[in-house]
Amino acid sequence: MMASLIFVVSVVTLLMFFVSYCRSLMASSARHMLSKEVRDVTGIPASASGRDFLRVMQLLQLCPERPEDRSGLQAVGAYFKILGLVQSSVARLVPSLQTWAEHERAGCATYAVVTLDRRIAFSREVLAQQGEY
Amino acid sequence: MPGPTTLIIWCSGMALELAFVVCSVARRSFLRYFYLNLYFMLVLGVEGIRYLFLTKFGQSSDAYRYAYYYTDTLLTLALYVALVSLYSRVFGELKFGKYVRLTALFLLLGTAAFSYGVIAQSTQRLVTSFAYELSQNLYFVGLVLTYVLWGAILKLRETRTRLVQFVLALGVYFSAYAAIYALVNLASKYSVVSSLAPILGCLLPLSWTITMWRHSEESRLMPARLVAVHR
Repeated sequence: MMASLIFVVSVVTLLMFFVSYCRSLMASSARHMLSKEVRDVTGIPASASGRDFLRVMQLLQLCPERPEDRSGLQAVGAYFKILGLVQSSVARLVPSLQTWAEHERAGCATYAVVTLDRRIAFSREVLAQQGEY
Repeated sequence: MPGPTTLIIWCSGMALELAFVVCSVARRSFLRYFYLNLYFMLVLGVEGIRYLFLTKFGQSSDAYRYAYYYTDTLLTLALYVALVSLYSRVFGELKFGKYVRLTALFLLLGTAAFSYGVIAQSTQRLVTSFAYELSQNLYFVGLVLTYVLWGAILKLRETRTRLVQFVLALGVYFSAYAAIYALVNLASKYSVVSSLAPILGCLLPLSWTITMWRHSEESRLMPARLVAVHR
């Protein structure tokens, strides 16, 4: 009985901390100004929507990886999947949850676009350094 | 000897723990986050001791089991101290440091007494089970304390990115471990449950290292962005 209670409480707090952790990752990239290049490449003029996430993730795979991005992207990717699950299940019964989940998915997409922007800048730097030699 | 997968996870964990200490030194934050560094240095030392016991006595020996569980209790205590140090940083400006330390000490003694009370009914199991029981209870107390600290961070509108991410990662770690311990009690016959623990052990040094490397002490974020409120 006690173990079951601890398990339920732990899983609930785990989800809560995980969601907040992902939001803190996303918040740290919120102030980033997107470059013209990345706006042209992604076709996103000002703000991304949830539908852009998977497309931006595919573009990310084409860029050389920065090791410091990897775990953040994985965490936000997992959060995006959880939000998709919420949208296709609980949110059907609670319409306000649908709007909230879409807003969060847009946040995930923005995080991915910012990461793409940083990767492009990183690739340019690497190429410029190689050009020097 | 453990299999290659376990060894890879073990080595990855150690590399990440070392990376956090190196990052702290490189970013000149070693003393600022001394107790977090102390925890990882203790983990590295303990991993060395465990490896010695493993190679000398074997994985199924009593000596290794005792060494494993008692060092695990030591590490849980060190993580508890690291959590208290995060409390001190959050409440530092409010001059609550002394009360925080006293409360943490009483809570620790209370948890130890409770664990002893549970185990004392069966004297035969006293030595073997006390360390396990104390660790399990401390993980849950740690989870509750992290939750309270998170509440305080939101209430005080804390903006320091590093501090916020350290606390959130610790919350994820404590919750996951408390869930695993509970799951081991509920479904001990499934060995996959106990093999999840070492993987989870890598998450804390990984997330803390990324935070330490990516963000400076001056980085700030908006607390309003952290709460998942649906309107």
